[in-house]
Amino acid sequence: MSARYIPGREAIKSRGLVRAFKWLVIRRAVQLGVIAAFLAGPLAGVWIVKGNLASSLVLDTLPLSDPYIQLQSWVAGHRPETDAILGALILIGVYALLGGRAFCSWVCPINIVTDGAHWLRRKLGLTGGIRFSRNLRYWILAATLTVALAGGTIAWELANPVTIVFRGLIFGMGAAWAVLAAVFLLDLFISARAWCGHLCPVGAFYSLIGSLSITRVSAAGRARCDDCLDCYAVCPEPQVIRPALKGAEANRGPVILSPNCTNCGRCIDVCPEDIFKFSTRFGNRGAGYPAPERAVEEKNAKEAA
Amino acid sequence: MSKGATRKGRGADRRQFLADAAKTACGAGLAGLALGLLTRQAKSLPATALRPPGALPEDKFAGACVRCGLCVQDCPYDTLKLAGLADDVAIGTPFFTARRIPCEMCEDIPCVAACPTGALDKEMTDIDTARMGLAVLVDQETCLNFLGLRCDVCYRVCPLIDEAITLKESANLRTGKHAFFLPTVHSEYCTGCGKCEKSCVLEEAAIKVLPIHIAKGHQGAHYRLGWIEKEKHGGSFVPGLIDLPDRLPGGQP
Repeated sequence: MSARYIPGREAIKSRGLVRAFKWLVIRRAVQLGVIAAFLAGPLAGVWIVKGNLASSLVLDTLPLSDPYIQLQSWVAGHRPETDAILGALILIGVYALLGGRAFCSWVCPINIVTDGAHWLRRKLGLTGGIRFSRNLRYWILAATLTVALAGGTIAWELANPVTIVFRGLIFGMGAAWAVLAAVFLLDLFISARAWCGHLCPVGAFYSLIGSLSITRVSAAGRARCDDCLDCYAVCPEPQVIRPALKGAEANRGPVILSPNCTNCGRCIDVCPEDIFKFSTRFGNRGAGYPAPERAVEEKNAKEAA
Repeated sequence: MSKGATRKGRGADRRQFLADAAKTACGAGLAGLALGLLTRQAKSLPATALRPPGALPEDKFAGACVRCGLCVQDCPYDTLKLAGLADDVAIGTPFFTARRIPCEMCEDIPCVAACPTGALDKEMTDIDTARMGLAVLVDQETCLNFLGLRCDVCYRVCPLIDEAITLKESANLRTGKHAFFLPTVHSEYCTGCGKCEKSCVLEEAAIKVLPIHIAKGHQGAHYRLGWIEKEKHGGSFVPGLIDLPDRLPGGQP
């Protein structure tokens, strides 16, 4: 893809400007809205929510606690109070409903930084760089839990850019700018989608919740696909698209089941044929498709016969 | 694995997979090592950094505090701060510096109430039982009371006046006719709030709140103090003990 090709041009032509950016605009509004909600207290004295992403209190009533941090705390040997446990369970429930990695696309402040870096990378026509494995983030996740167990501390929080940047927005950035810049430059110069797609253990953890989550994107209109590849171009996890988009032959359903899909909705916006839409993970069974593993078995059985 | 792959092909695939997995595992291992080193460094707390009241011992605190900042936001006096990258404290954790803003010892302890994880122990319901540190009058050369003057400010601002800090009278031998009133900290009552350090009128405070393990000594369990044991016993352990005259300094009777 040359630097001048802009994915989504076709969608603007065929579906209009509003439809072509609908989910992107809503998503940025939610991300900024979350930040604004947390800032309303310290800046304007309107206390909608206190704390930060690690743990917060909504309207002095509802506790919310990041489940990944709570897991590390547990592994480190601490047994938390009720508020923290309740807060973690509530968030696990919310993300099981809305999509595990929906945290990444709809809440995380680093997503704005890395999306910005990726946009600039494409604009400048930068290519190449280090190629990390997409599995590295799961190994890093395991490493953070191992260090928590061995050291008795929530070690990852000493370096976690997600919480460092979000905390900086509320309590004062200070040297947090350096962390933000480091992630930006990493994604811009060193490796495409390096942080979110290959390194971040927070996303890896949320993808584990995502393996059960109900809200999923479906390539329902895949019969209309003309292979323009725009969806792959804008997707931060392009490997999740193909099994659903091109799975008809293998008797796979159109729902993107991969837990690494962040429900960002870029594919929905950018497809000129309006193939994608938000749906549930039960969309496959509903349409009469077998579970993915069984689809492969049946195909192999058919080939053998 | 497709049926058509030769044995050699499958071997190459397996080698590639193992090589990739090894590379990835090493990368993660390096990350773990870096984190481990960071952890060791973050475990130590500078002497001037005091944790909020009710904080668990530092090694447990690091595993319990999720750096949410709810305690900081609920403190009515802006005492608490979350450590930034520039502070020598584990990043994001709450602490305060007595000389900047001391703990005002709120009766309702809003910081402990706000903590969702129990890093600030909810079992602590009386602020007077907090042990954030221990005040020590470190510099007897500069303290005005030790020079024979009547500053008394640290004694007067102490929320546990006459318990945590008392003024001990002592003879001023230089003038021969005045008394020293020496501020004396009693560790049984001092909460480490830091109001004394904040109020010290000197350019550099002569009384400072230090971490308890630095400020305190520890007697072996075998020590007994005779006059306390006598009082407990209600009298001398040895009946009929003769009290011989004491020799006083200067040859006085």
